[in-house]
Amino acid sequence: MTSGVEPVEESTAEESPIVGNGDVVRARQTVRTLAQQARLSLVDQTKLVTAASELARNTLTYGGGGTMRVSIVTRGSRTGVKVTFRDDGPGIPDLDLALTDGWSSGRGMGLGLSGARRLADEFELVSAPGKGTQVVVVKWAR
Amino acid sequence: MTDRVPILKIGDVLLVSIQIDLEDQMVMDLQEDLSQRIVDTGAHGVVIDISALEIVDSFVGRMLATIAAISRVLGAETVVVGMRPAVAMTLVELGLSLGGVRTALNLEQGIGELRRSRDEGPVRR
Repeated sequence: MTSGVEPVEESTAEESPIVGNGDVVRARQTVRTLAQQARLSLVDQTKLVTAASELARNTLTYGGGGTMRVSIVTRGSRTGVKVTFRDDGPGIPDLDLALTDGWSSGRGMGLGLSGARRLADEFELVSAPGKGTQVVVVKWAR
Repeated sequence: MTDRVPILKIGDVLLVSIQIDLEDQMVMDLQEDLSQRIVDTGAHGVVIDISALEIVDSFVGRMLATIAAISRVLGAETVVVGMRPAVAMTLVELGLSLGGVRTALNLEQGIGELRRSRDEGPVRR
């Protein structure tokens, strides 16, 4: 499930663990800080932080904890923020189903993955049963 | 983890002003505390001020909808006030339209809404 996340130059990478409820709050703050540095508009900052919040909670709830990596990226003259969530949890057997609005294997509303995909400019989901899950979202400054 | 969102009582309205970035557990605690306070005080209305919230994700969005539903069952109307424009745009794109939740632009309008719906007699519950 890829929508064109190409190699881009990265700088100012920050990696942090997502192992507790407080880490979801901290993840939001870290993403907000870098989104401001990358000069995303307020609406785009809000969209990216919200997407990150959904994905951080997924990492915690379904992946059993993991890590988040945030970096400022550039492609040509464009600047953006890339956020990668990675866990070594059970993985997702059916990616298409997991990206369906309203489908949930747990306590949520089933909007986490599909919502994060809508809120981001680029979205990549890599997962397989027993192999953990990695989700990458990128938001570009306009 | 022991932080709790304060619930203020003004007349027969309970006011919840969320001032900090909420951890999920605080959201769950608020739901419980508020239900209890509605029963204890016999409040007819609940105003939740989210003007300080920089984001509302699906978890908090669901909490707002659940609180509104619980309050209604307990005889109180809920109005969510102060949502920032960027939050509203994000929430709708996320896929949450908060269909069952009454909203108002600010605290004053929210309390006005509650007063009006009280004066118009019992709302459908």
